Order: sequence, then C-alpha cells, then structure tokens
Amino acid sequence: MIWLVGGILLTALSGVPGLFFQRHGDGGERVACLLTLAGTASGLIAVVSTLCSGHNINLDLIWSIPGATLALHLDPIAAAFLLPLFLVVATGSVYGLRYWPQREHPGNGRKLRLFYGLISGAMILLLTARNGVLFLIGWETMALAGFFLITTEDHKKEVNRAGYIYIIATHTGTLALFAMFALLGHTSGSLMFPDIQTLPIAGSTLIFLLGLLGFGMKAGLMPLHIWLPGAHASAPSHASALLSGVMIKTGIYGLVRLTSFFAEIPVWWGWTILLLGAISGIMGVALALAQHDIKRLLAYHSVENIGIIAMGLGLALLGRSYHLPLLVSLGLAGCLLHVINHGLFKSLLFLSAGSVIHAVGSREIDHFGGLLKRQPWTGVMFLGGAVAICALPPFNGFISEWLIYLAAFQPLKQAASTLGMAVLAAPALALIGGLALACFVKVFGITFLGEPRCNAAAHAHEASALMLIPMATLLAACAWIGLLPTTIMPLLRGAVAGWSGSSATTLAVDTFAPLGWVSMAGWLLLSLLIVLGLWLHRRSHNAPRNIGTWGCGYRFPAPRMQYTASSFGDFLVQLFNFGLKSERHGGKVSGLFPSGAHFSSHTPDAVLDRMLFPLFRGSAWCCRYLRSRIQNGEIAFYLLYVVLTIIALLTLFTL
Amino acid sequence: MIGSLALSLTIHLALLLLFAPLLQGVITKTKALFAGRVGAPLLQPYYDLARLMRKGFVFSRTTTWVFQAGPVVGLAVPLLASLLIPFGGLAAPISFEGDFILFVYLFALSRFFTATAALDTGSSFEGMGAAREVTFSCLAEPTMLFTLLVLARLSGGLSLNTLFGKHLLDAWHSEAGTSLGLILVCLFVVLLVENSRIPFDDPNTHLELTMIHEVMVLDHSGPAFGMILYGASLKMMVLGAIVVRLALPWQTGWWLSDALLFMAGLIAMAVFIGVIESIMARLRLPRVPQMLIGTSLLSIFALVLVLR
Repeated sequence: MIWLVGGILLTALSGVPGLFFQRHGDGGERVACLLTLAGTASGLIAVVSTLCSGHNINLDLIWSIPGATLALHLDPIAAAFLLPLFLVVATGSVYGLRYWPQREHPGNGRKLRLFYGLISGAMILLLTARNGVLFLIGWETMALAGFFLITTEDHKKEVNRAGYIYIIATHTGTLALFAMFALLGHTSGSLMFPDIQTLPIAGSTLIFLLGLLGFGMKAGLMPLHIWLPGAHASAPSHASALLSGVMIKTGIYGLVRLTSFFAEIPVWWGWTILLLGAISGIMGVALALAQHDIKRLLAYHSVENIGIIAMGLGLALLGRSYHLPLLVSLGLAGCLLHVINHGLFKSLLFLSAGSVIHAVGSREIDHFGGLLKRQPWTGVMFLGGAVAICALPPFNGFISEWLIYLAAFQPLKQAASTLGMAVLAAPALALIGGLALACFVKVFGITFLGEPRCNAAAHAHEASALMLIPMATLLAACAWIGLLPTTIMPLLRGAVAGWSGSSATTLAVDTFAPLGWVSMAGWLLLSLLIVLGLWLHRRSHNAPRNIGTWGCGYRFPAPRMQYTASSFGDFLVQLFNFGLKSERHGGKVSGLFPSGAHFSSHTPDAVLDRMLFPLFRGSAWCCRYLRSRIQNGEIAFYLLYVVLTIIALLTLFTL
Repeated sequence: MIGSLALSLTIHLALLLLFAPLLQGVITKTKALFAGRVGAPLLQPYYDLARLMRKGFVFSRTTTWVFQAGPVVGLAVPLLASLLIPFGGLAAPISFEGDFILFVYLFALSRFFTATAALDTGSSFEGMGAAREVTFSCLAEPTMLFTLLVLARLSGGLSLNTLFGKHLLDAWHSEAGTSLGLILVCLFVVLLVENSRIPFDDPNTHLELTMIHEVMVLDHSGPAFGMILYGASLKMMVLGAIVVRLALPWQTGWWLSDALLFMAGLIAMAVFIGVIESIMARLRLPRVPQMLIGTSLLSIFALVLVLR
C-alpha cells in the first residue's frame, strides 16, 4: 500500500520543486522528471505485487469528511487502467525534457510540468478510489489540471477557445457525476462504492443515464466528443499523449466500475453502449479521414478507438443481461485490452507526431513529405504505431480487436433472438478497420514518404535520443502484447472475474487459448518477413538509386504535384459526405487560359460546429431579443414590472 | 500428429506455390480465345516470373526501405494466409477459433504496405492508385465479414476449417441454400475487387490514370516486381479457394482426388473470370462504390435469411 500512496504523492507533486528553480535553468525539469519516474516506478511495484500475489490491496483510513472513510483499493480492473498510465506518464515526462525544454519555454514550462504531474497523480487516485467523494476529488483535480495542460500556450486564441470548450464540457460531465454519486449513495446507503453486483435494478435507470453522460463526456463517445479534437490538438504533444492515451480512459473506467455494481443489467444498457460505440467508431474515423491537421486527426482517432472499446463493453453488458459467460469474458477482455493498447499506440503516435511537428514547425500534413529520409527513427516509430492502431498483425491492436470480433460472433451460437442483432458489431468493426487503414496510409505516406512539400520539411532534423527512447519503449510494449498476448491474459482474466462476479472457475481457461496460435502466427509472419526482406535487400543493394520516379512521360515533376492528404482522402470523404458535410472553397477553373486558382477544403466537427454552435447562437439571440423587449429603457415599463410583481406576490400569499 | 501436419503443410504449400501462376495463364488464354487470338502460352506467367527473377533493379531516388517492404509483405501474407484456409477437401494445416479474423487482417496488412510503397515514390499517379485501392477495400471488407457471419451461423464453429467443413453440402440442399448462393456471389465480387480484375480494375489498361492496382506497382522492377506478381497470383488462389470450396463442397477423403477436384474448380473459376473480362467493360470509377455497397446489401440479406 505504501508503494501506491507513495506513487500518487510523488507523481502528483513532481512539478512543485520546479517552481522554486531558476526560470531559465534546467534543474527544475530534471527534478520533475526524476520524481515522476520514481512515482510511476513505485506505483508499478504496487500494481505488479498485487497481480503477482493475487490479493487486492486495501487502505482504509478515517477522515473528517462525513459519510465514508478514505478508502483506496487496487484490483485487476484498476490495474488494467494503471499499467498503461504508468508507462505513458513516465515516457511522456522523459520526452518532455527535449520536446518542451525550460530554456526554450521559460514562460510556461513550469506550469506544464506542475499540471502534468498533478493530472497523473489525480488519475492514479481516482482509479484506486473506493469512495465517491475521493473519486470526485481525483476526477475534478484531473479535469482542472487537464484544462491547464490544454491551455499551456494560453497566448494563442484557438488554444484558449479549445480550453474553454473543454472546461464547459468537462464540468457538464462532472455535474452529472455529482448527481449520479448522490443517487448511488442514496441507493446503497453509503458514499463508499458498493460491492460488485449488490445494487438492485430498481431506480438504476437515472444513475446509468447520468453516468453515461458524465463518463461518456470524458471518454469522448460520439455526440459528447465535442471538446476532444480541439483540446488534443492544442496541448503540447506529450500532454496530448497523456490526455488521449490515458485521461479519456477514465471515462471508460467509470462506466466499467459503475456497471459492476448492479446485480442485473437491463438489456437496453448494453444496446445503448454498443450503438454509441459503433457510431463513435465509424463517424470518428470518417471525421479523421477528412482532417489535415495531424494532431486533430489523431484526436478523432481517439474517438474511433473509444468507440471500439465501448463496443467491447456493450457486448460484455449484453452477455451479462443474457447470461452468456463467454460473451462477457471475450467482450470485457477485448474492451480492457483495447484500453491498454490504445494507451500505448496512441501515445506513441502523438509522441512521434510531436517529433515531426518539433522538426518542421507545422501541424499541417500537407506541409510534410519525405521525412523518413530526414527522421528515419521517428518514421519507424510512427509506422509501428500506425500498423498497431489499424489492428494489423503482429501488433497489439489486432489482439484486442480479435477478442471483440470473437465476442461479436458469439450470439450466432444462440437460438434466434434479438441478441442476434449484436453480430452487426463485426461488420461495423471491419468498416472501421478499413477506414482506419485508409487514414493511416494517408498520414504515414504523405508525412514520411515522397518528396518534402516545404522548405522546413526538407531541412528537418532527427529527434534527440531522449525523445526517441520513450517512443521506442512504447513501440516495444506494443510489439510485446502483439507477439506474446498470453502474458497479459492473467490480468484480463482477473479483471473479468472481478467485474462479472463469476469466480474464475466458470471462466473456462480455454476461452483465450487460441491466443497461443495467434502469437505463433505473429512470429511466423515476422520470420517470413525478415527472411524475404533480407533476401531482397541482399539482392538489391548494388542497384542504382539515382533516377527519378517514372512520371508517365513527364520529365519535370515538382514536389507540389504530389498527391496530398486531402486528395488521398477525398474519395472516402465524398462517400461519407452525408455525415461530414465538408466545405470546399475555390478550385473552379474557367475560360480557355485560366489564371491561378486556389482550392481549400475544411471539415468542421459534425456535432460542435454543425449543431451546438448554431443552437447556442440561436438561444443567445433569443435571450438578447427578450432582453431588448423587457429592458427597453422606458421608466413606465419598469414601474409596471414592479406593480405586476407585487400583485403576483400578493395573489401567491393569499392563495 | 507431427507427421500428418508436415504432410498437410507440404501438400498445401506445394499446391499453392506451383499451381498459382497457372490461373493467370488460364485467364489470359481464355480472353485470347474469346478475342479470336491464339494468345500467350498457358505457362507464360511462369516464364515471366523466371525472367524477372534474373533481372536487376532500378530504384527512384525518392524511395526508401518502405518501397521494398511492399513486395515483401505482399508475398509473405498470402503464403501465411494459405496455411489458414482449406484447399477444397484438404483441411488447413493451421486452424484455431477465430482464425478467419487473422486471415482477413493479414490481407489488410499487405494492402497497407502495398499502398505505402506506392506513396513512397512521390508520384501522384501512384498516390491515386493507393487512394482507390484503400477506398474500395474498405467497402469490400464489411461484405467479407457478413459472409463469414453467414458461414459461422451455418457451421456453428469459428475456425475456417469448420466454416468450410463437410456440412456445406447439406446446407446447399437445406433452406440455407439461398443464403449460400447469395454469399457465393458476394465472395466472387470480393475476389474480383481484391485481385483487381474487370469490372473493378483493368490489369491490362494502357492509361495510368484509369488503373488501380497496376499503377501502384509502376516503379517496381526486377525480382521485386516478380515478388509482386507472384504474390498477386498466390492471393488469387487463396481467395479463390474460398469461392471454389463454397461452389464445390464435395470431398472424397482421399487427398489426391480432393486436390484434383480443387484444381479443376480453380481452373473453372479462372475460365469464368476470363469470360467475364471478355464480355464486360470496366465500370466507371464512381460506379464501383455503388456496386460494392450493393454487394454488401446482398450479403446482409443472406445474413437475415439465416438469422431469422
């Protein structure tokens, strides 16, 4: 227990000593990095010892806040969320040493590190909290620290705007959570988390809906994702990695924990989450395809992956409702493993994208090009992350999606019923996979391959070792889960048992047995690739490499003639235009000898820009209109209001 | 156990490696006969491969190692995928619950690297080809999953060996026969899309602008191009194996007669593709997604029929 508390305190306060260091010196950042590393290592010891011993650890202390005790609890479900957290926090803090050095950012470096530590500590706290109040303290600290991370560069207008949208969204969610915990406390009689599967189903509808709003807002499920793209694009890359890789998962954690309390799960809970997941997945990736800002694009992919995670959770909930243990274990294992995996590869992608942005000084994909020659290692890291996020073997994304696919195929074994509709999750997942592949071919191809499209890209430099080592660590973790998935299964089995309440005996050991085959196929693929690759390399190393690309007869191709990110995605964006509604400006050619023309396209967010802003503008207009009617500056009217109010009050009293 | 595994591995790989290029030859010959020409000899694809393997390479100065990864993945993937799929009555050497998902995603891996290798040249033609390839495939992928759902429902299992097991023959005669007929059509369309055949793509067109798959490999040369061609014919045979097994679900139990039946089925399929290529024109590009979505609807219909 001491390790866990030590971990929370060390990470949370890691940025504090830096406040007392010199403004332009690098002492503060080194101390912060060391403290973060020590904190995550200490937390990791706590988690690993829990997993190895098989006993959950508890801490119960009396505190002065009424209603409950200060209770921390570490079980396999929390461990599944904590493991990627420790890795992402640690790698991000090392990466930050070179990405956001204090010397180059004297104005906001200390602020960034203070809140980076605080958000990490708060997340560890909320993932282990066993008490509603403690959970909300962690939640709110995390939300506020997140605001300051997003607005690190608060002198920029669009950063401030993204920060405000974030804080409005997150507080709407927190409001729902306050109500939810109050209701939960009312039902269970205490602010402590109830034991699993103890709460009655009566009165649970409102709790679930409030939880779905609060946690779904944080997770970024589709209609509630409004804050996510702007916020993740605005934060510094290692902070984006933390927000996207770990913070949004706390919403999933909340849903997983909340649904474990109830003895019975109504059927519509599973359907709702499954449907929201499918919508988030498909629309998230379609919106990602239409983006040309690399960090916005990655942020939309977080929406997509949260969708996949939610589909796993939805299937597991359906399994609980229909009492199918196999569906529960496959769905929840897929959900939790995808939480881990997305944490790893999304952070890897954000860090490598950050290294590109650091070198080129732009976030526009169409400004990059040919970077694999200038940044060979960053390119390899990004490629690894891209292959993993597209769920391609032999990386980790495939393992978790494989589990969710298997879960989606389980209803076929039952007699025909409404549950049969759940199999549609499989083709939805396939569509998401195909679109994600298109998107990452686009990002990797346009960013790293071809010829540089601008001068800065042509003179880009490779990232320093302190930025590359964190990325390599994350890539190694991705490959490890992909090639040796059986090593992570005990953790998932424990988490499934802890969630579904069934003892480990009902979970047949062979549920996950085919993973041994998957792992073998992965190794086989890897060795085949190495053998063929080495043969081709040996056969071709003397070949001439000094001629131009075949331009179909044209002799003077220029970098600007290359395919761009927008043109690559255009076909698919047109197909999804019913939901995306891209705006296209210019590009019309007229006359026999047309002069120069400009073309630009832009895809605004489907919910925020298309629905919420017009709605809010409309209500603001209504309020202004009413005010101009009521408060019209004529004294006579104001006297009339006074008289009317008095009459109204009098009638009220006499009644 | 080990002995039978080794035997089945040998038969599988020998069939695949030796027989696959012949299918391309059969298609070309059929088209030639339809056009009233004599055409290239049936074994021409083998001669082409042998010639390419002897040649040297030419690389554009724009390219990096990713350019060479394309052919490598494009050859390794069908090799590995062939071990998961039954060849007619010959069971797959590697089989486990959920292997069909690995099968589908292996081909996605090969698509990823073929398309990135195309973008590595920096040519806008190849970029165009890559964009079209990934677009059409992501429309074909749901269809593939719908057909797998139908097969999984009929067989009650989750491995490719049970999906394409002995029950298919009975299923054709039962009321599920309609569904099987529908998904046979769907799978054939997927086969045509994935192997870039007419009406979705014309491998013999002369204009780079209208190509899909061919334009992605424009810059490859020598043995790397040979690997691509060989990988493409392996892919056609592996995906064709699904269609053939579904259309000819008979099996005798003796490996030689099963293998002969399977090869005859593949040749018939190649002739059929050749006939289609001779009597149809390539679809206009905007029509291709419509056609693919239409196919998805057919497969949904097949699924509804077996789920009710």
